[in-house]
Amino acid sequence: MAKRPDAAAPILERYGPHGNYVPPGGWDRAARGDYRLVKTHCCFCGQQCGIQLKVQENQVVGFEPWEDFPYNRGMLCPKGVKRYLQGPHPDRLLRSLERTPEGFQEISYEEALRIATEKLTAIREKYGPDAIAIYGGASMVTEKAYLLGKFARVAVGTRNIDYNGRLCMVSAGTAYKLALGVDRAPNPMSDVPETEVLLVLGANVAECAPIATSYIWRMRDNGGRLIVVDPRMTPISRNADLYLPVRPGTDLALLLGMLHVIVREGLVDTEYLKSHTTGWEAVRESAAKWDPETAARVCGVPPDNIVKAALMFGRAKKAMAIHARGIEHHSKGVENCLAVINLCLATGNMGAPGRGCFMITGQGNGQGGREHGQKCDQLPGARSITDPEARRHIAGVWGIPEESLPGPGLTAQEIMNAIHAGEIKALFSMCFNPLVSLPDARHTREALEKLEFFGVIDFFLSETAQHADLVFAGSTQEEDEGVIASSEGRVQKINKAVDPPGEARSDAKIVTDLAHRLGKGQHFPYTSTREIFEELRVASRGGIADYYGITWERVEKEYGVFWPCPSLDHPGTLRLFEDGRFYHGDGKAHMQVTEYRQSGDPPSSDFPIYLTTGRVVSQFLSGTQTRRIGPLVDLYPEPRCEIHPRLAGQLGIADGDWVKVTTRRNSVTVQAQVVRTIRPDTVFIPYHWPGPRSANNLTHRTLDPRSKIPEFKVSACRVEKTQPPADLSGIRKAETGIAGAVPAVEGRL
Amino acid sequence: MFGSEFFVDPSRCIGCRSCMTACAECDSHRGVSMIHVDYLDRPDMIATVPMVCMHCEEPTCAMVCPADAIKRGEDGVVRSALKPRCIACSNCVLACPFGVPKVHVDLELMMKCDMCYDRTSVGLRPMCATVCPSQALTFVPPEQVARERREQPVNVFQFGNQTVRTKVSIMLPPGAPALSVDAADYMWEEEHARGDQSQEAFVD
Repeated sequence: MAKRPDAAAPILERYGPHGNYVPPGGWDRAARGDYRLVKTHCCFCGQQCGIQLKVQENQVVGFEPWEDFPYNRGMLCPKGVKRYLQGPHPDRLLRSLERTPEGFQEISYEEALRIATEKLTAIREKYGPDAIAIYGGASMVTEKAYLLGKFARVAVGTRNIDYNGRLCMVSAGTAYKLALGVDRAPNPMSDVPETEVLLVLGANVAECAPIATSYIWRMRDNGGRLIVVDPRMTPISRNADLYLPVRPGTDLALLLGMLHVIVREGLVDTEYLKSHTTGWEAVRESAAKWDPETAARVCGVPPDNIVKAALMFGRAKKAMAIHARGIEHHSKGVENCLAVINLCLATGNMGAPGRGCFMITGQGNGQGGREHGQKCDQLPGARSITDPEARRHIAGVWGIPEESLPGPGLTAQEIMNAIHAGEIKALFSMCFNPLVSLPDARHTREALEKLEFFGVIDFFLSETAQHADLVFAGSTQEEDEGVIASSEGRVQKINKAVDPPGEARSDAKIVTDLAHRLGKGQHFPYTSTREIFEELRVASRGGIADYYGITWERVEKEYGVFWPCPSLDHPGTLRLFEDGRFYHGDGKAHMQVTEYRQSGDPPSSDFPIYLTTGRVVSQFLSGTQTRRIGPLVDLYPEPRCEIHPRLAGQLGIADGDWVKVTTRRNSVTVQAQVVRTIRPDTVFIPYHWPGPRSANNLTHRTLDPRSKIPEFKVSACRVEKTQPPADLSGIRKAETGIAGAVPAVEGRL
Repeated sequence: MFGSEFFVDPSRCIGCRSCMTACAECDSHRGVSMIHVDYLDRPDMIATVPMVCMHCEEPTCAMVCPADAIKRGEDGVVRSALKPRCIACSNCVLACPFGVPKVHVDLELMMKCDMCYDRTSVGLRPMCATVCPSQALTFVPPEQVARERREQPVNVFQFGNQTVRTKVSIMLPPGAPALSVDAADYMWEEEHARGDQSQEAFVD
């Protein structure tokens, strides 16, 4: 039912994406100087850099660095610099939309509320509440994430709520919870310059967490050494002391090989293991068969370098490991993270300055967005939804009978699978663009078209929202307020800079109003976001992610507060496990055995090449925002396929040639970029684009059995030279439609 | 920020072009960057280099300007060409040993990096060095660089027979006292003619 209207052209003309280049009101107005500055944080990645927005006449017209904020000291990546161009944007949704046979029609907010209430109620009555699924996102402030979780479970009554962090942090989160009892990076980033050896695994730090680069370079200034594990030479590898180009999907073999050498060379901290961990014997056993040669045969890195890496890491007085999606987007993503944790624990590198592990969160509130209830298996405070005591506590805070609180629901990809299978009939989505970001895009499109009702809250008409029956015009980050938790677990405050334009409303107001219409108003008495935060504090109290001692005032005054922070006089927790106690009942870290297994889409003679996907520095996730910011689009306008000259030579492909990349699902046609900075058995395509060039046409839906993260980082493909697409300009117009002025100076890159 | 100087460390650059996008935000050259970032050789490596104006003590661009349009202030900052004088002849573009100035044909004007005169003159850091996520571009007191960095600043460059001293420093690995781009400077035959002497002379 939720089919995109046939007439695509009018949609693109009105809703874009168009590239915005000039501040609202033009450069002259922006130059006037009569602006006020609002201290807040970036709307993009999990670094959550401090930034000051220049505001004139209820519009954001520029930025000024915020040099006092300790994490980034004024530093920003190009996305942060240009983010102000997303606010007053020609594509911006100013009124709610209803899809009619003639296309999208603007309707009043009241009418939108009426339609959503009617449809959701009808579907709930006909199929039961679990036939309605709710999608959230980790770019939303924590209050909204909390509100959406409560909305799903109290106002709709469905167990099926999950969020786009399922494509991001869940492998790391699951592993940290299993091994350490808590899902948070144990160390602050300021520990990095203090370490002697830094192991960076599957983390394109320079492009996906650019500010972290400065911490790594400071470590090198201090004499520290850098090991980079990645199938591609990412920009930070230019200064790596050791570069290990691991074959996609085989990180675990490398990590087990390193642990094997650490055991063999007697570099294990037996005293630490004895006092602070359980499960070491079994973990040690499991590494016994992974001698460097065996590991090398699997992971494609020279045995000598596996030994070197292990000796560097094992002999250092202080060592740290940093990882991101490169090891997490796998059907053994949890095992990969557990193996990193095992390496740190085995060498006693935990809970001290310059010693520990760090997961880099992808989204702005990747950390906070998963702590308080939009994750299908969690209640506020990072509590388990199956824990009877947690259920009682939350039911009490929410004023509902415990038995009415639904149990664990389906995860994000499983929800889409259930929609495809006809088990879920309605979807209500906010801050999620699954048509671009979920694997196997054809499956996602088919599923969306089967929905009986699809409602969306968004501020742009994303590719997914084009399938919606009803779109509420929601709020951008600069029109909202609330807290986020950064990659470091630092709770920070997003400050409102402007009011939503036109008839757009704050997302929190829309969800609250809808809860009232659904007859649950008594549980949603909020008139401001602050009231939601105050309730969240109480709901999180006594949980793992305890926010009770955090207030908006403290966050502002102290440049953020690290959770857990159980009381108002508690300073917050900069670094976890400093007392050697972990978050399990016995106070110990529970080391987990990791078994190597093949990825879900292995190469074969038909599909002999590895495909891996990822990001570029100038775009963010599904591109809903950044594909509308002209200067960012110009930096990297189209997805390209990175391919090594050796492989390109075999296939008769030259730089700039059009190539067709085919997997067991689908194919895409993009231009080749022939570079020596990728393994010759692997190609790479960034995933920020929709339609025929979307890398997620190619990826597969194999999930990690525990975290349910899709295996974006390894697919089997073949690559062949092909003709340019017949209507090249047509594709560009339809899919990026950059209609803004071309900047006056050619980009040098 | 008084007492701070500008340092460029290409080895820290990650090619994100935050410097360029932030430069383009300036009121005086709206949407256009005065600095650039280049890949050295993208097919073979990921190394990138950011380039700002080096602000030479004796600016070649000014020396070759037939219209006397390029001025160096007492602060050592070499300004963009003066609009009433510039004839857009591109002499400066051709002569600059670092490839910095650009002529904007539509404006009939040479424009280049002036180290954010609008910001530094009121105690702010230049925009590019403020936002640079890897601090490949940095604007701090020289003592801080000496204390914190493992690379060392160099501000003397040898281009053939021309020695160029600059306000901006390039960070080089320890033990590299000056940067020469002429193979002859590294040849044994040249030792008595110039090599050793000039090397010594470069040490600050």
